[in-house]
Amino acid sequence: MESLLVLAPVAVPAAAACLYAVLGWNRVTAWLGTLSAAGLLACAVALSAASSTASSAGSFTGSFTAGPGEAFGGLLFADALSAFMLIVIGVVALLAMAASPAYLAAELAAGHTDPHAMRRYGVLTQAFIAAMALAVLASGLGLLWVAIEATTIVTAFLVGHRRTRAATEAAWKYVVICSVGIALALLGIVMVHYAGTHAGVTSLDWAPLAEGASRLDPGVMRVAVMLLVLGFGTKAGLAPMHAWLPDAHSQAPAPVSALMSGVLLSVAFYAILRVKVIADVALGAGFARTLLIVVALASLTVAALLLLGQRDYKRLLAYSSIEHMGLLALGAAIGTSLALVAVLLHILGHGLGKSVLFLSAGRLHQTYGSSLIGAVRGLAGRAPLLAGTFALGLLALLGMPPFSLFASELGLARAGFAAGLGWPVAAALVLMLVIVAAVTRHTRRMLLGDGPGIRPGDGPDAGPMPPDGAGGAPADGPGAAAGGAVTLPRSLAVPLVAGLAACAVLGLTLGPLHSLLRAAAMIAGATP
Amino acid sequence: MTDALYVQALYLACGAFLLTGVLVLWRRELSAIVRLFTLQGVALTALVVVLGLWQGELELVLVGAGVGALRAGLLPYLMRRALVAGGAGRETQPLVNVATSLLVAAVLAMLAYAVSQPLIRLSPTPATQAVPVALTVLLIGFFVLVTRKRALSHVVGFLLMDNAITAAAFLTTSGVPLVVELGISLDVLLAVLVLQVLTTRMRAAFGGTDLDELRELHD
Repeated sequence: MESLLVLAPVAVPAAAACLYAVLGWNRVTAWLGTLSAAGLLACAVALSAASSTASSAGSFTGSFTAGPGEAFGGLLFADALSAFMLIVIGVVALLAMAASPAYLAAELAAGHTDPHAMRRYGVLTQAFIAAMALAVLASGLGLLWVAIEATTIVTAFLVGHRRTRAATEAAWKYVVICSVGIALALLGIVMVHYAGTHAGVTSLDWAPLAEGASRLDPGVMRVAVMLLVLGFGTKAGLAPMHAWLPDAHSQAPAPVSALMSGVLLSVAFYAILRVKVIADVALGAGFARTLLIVVALASLTVAALLLLGQRDYKRLLAYSSIEHMGLLALGAAIGTSLALVAVLLHILGHGLGKSVLFLSAGRLHQTYGSSLIGAVRGLAGRAPLLAGTFALGLLALLGMPPFSLFASELGLARAGFAAGLGWPVAAALVLMLVIVAAVTRHTRRMLLGDGPGIRPGDGPDAGPMPPDGAGGAPADGPGAAAGGAVTLPRSLAVPLVAGLAACAVLGLTLGPLHSLLRAAAMIAGATP
Repeated sequence: MTDALYVQALYLACGAFLLTGVLVLWRRELSAIVRLFTLQGVALTALVVVLGLWQGELELVLVGAGVGALRAGLLPYLMRRALVAGGAGRETQPLVNVATSLLVAAVLAMLAYAVSQPLIRLSPTPATQAVPVALTVLLIGFFVLVTRKRALSHVVGFLLMDNAITAAAFLTTSGVPLVVELGISLDVLLAVLVLQVLTTRMRAAFGGTDLDELRELHD
């Protein structure tokens, strides 16, 4: 039964992908993705209930033995940390998939897509979710690597879904940069394997690696950990290998951007968390900590600098993802129990908030035909509900109460000062202030400003060409938006409001998640 | 196989592996680059087979044959097909000229040698002492990726890196576990296929595969 539960999160979306391949995307099958995401979420909840009881029953030892089970010849396994990551995948996938029917219907109406492309969208999004589930359930470094590279491959065509010049460019950069980054991680895995075989650990599974970590050769492990952090950091959008992220996130269809930003980055970050557990034993806590602090501050700096002059609201959201990944890296560097609980909560909160924002931004893009900040004006008056979800989502991302990101950022700061990492945390707080100022300045005009927005292509100020203006065609379908009302279909409004509500509730109380978060933080190597 | 013969055969394979990597920097004809890449695949296969024969492991020899089929057979075939579809194939203006590139390769070799010191120290066998060769090719692949402008050159750069990592895996530990190796090969193959499809789309959208055209997205 338990082994079935470990297999199901991968099998359910994989089966849904097959169904899409056979049936195509139509009015009924459009909801299949939502169903499969709900199934994944249910499995995740069941798994975490099992792992929480396992830990509270005292079988928990701080290593990888706390999981409820293995499956599939030991290739898959689940402990509290993987169960928590599965919950994040399930929640964000549910939001993104529930919003997909409305999104694709609008794309179809505007002539941006066709039934063939929609079928492919169904297959690839489900394969994407299955690959992410596989990554967090992988019992070792090898399979984790394979799953993360698989996400690159299946999302390549999702990024290039619109087939415009800009989308093709983004897809190319995405595949090349991510494949190279992940190749570095592969070299790191080879080094770990090398160090392992000389320490009597022949498998790449987490459990034997963690047990034998103290025997691994430090010289080889230093090279390996650097490569692994750099490699998985590429996929997590951490500086200095973040260049693919703003392009890919701004060009992908909105639900895919939500999935990529909300969970794919965190899944790659999960790999770094797992690596850090082994690195801390093999090399002492200092090495990975220094590495992560450097990466975190670099990411925050990049995000702050590029947010200041940002003119495109989708890219604005993408840079905000880099900021939040930097915060996660900082939290992992601090490494205390409080910090890691905050990191995990931040992953969930960011997943919720960022998906709501990308889905709202997708609707904005569809109605205004441009993703320029200057093209959107006075949204609050025209579409109060859409403006509301966009504004509240931004407040959540900027770490305002009552949303859960406030709680997790507060936790990170407190943990950082308590652990004697005052300087990096203070620097991060200053950079975050800059980001808050920049984002507020840009989006205030979108929400409250008056007068018609700059039409795409107008004047020298219009900035880069709007992504969908391919082939010199005028931006399509935005005519209604310039003066009239902006509509928000009910099937899109429900996930948006639900996501915000969940994020707010998490900020007030963790409820049953609390014990799961603590157990997961212990597995991620929390020091007391 | 005697010790001396094993070491000589191994180093011959490694030498060929390195030489083909460096020569990629020298040639600007895309078809020549693909040919060099094929030769490198053959050298990599020889390397794995020599290791397998020396250790007397049939499995390793078979894995070597699989590596050869993928890296000296299938991948070059795919690239030749992309080349034929793409028409005229010459690296237009690499960012760094050939003479400088070769000098950079020498510097990269020294860097690789320095980085591999801790690896060699752990177990100084003839095989691990050849790891700097693999790392040099890795860095050369990265260099190709950064300085060349044709889409196909980028694919070759990525595949050089991948060959180098495979070589490093076999030189240090006779390869990663088989399941992982299979997954890796599949991923690499799919990545190349994806890049090939994107190249076709790029040609449709930009009228060529010069990556200098990729400048719409920036801040």
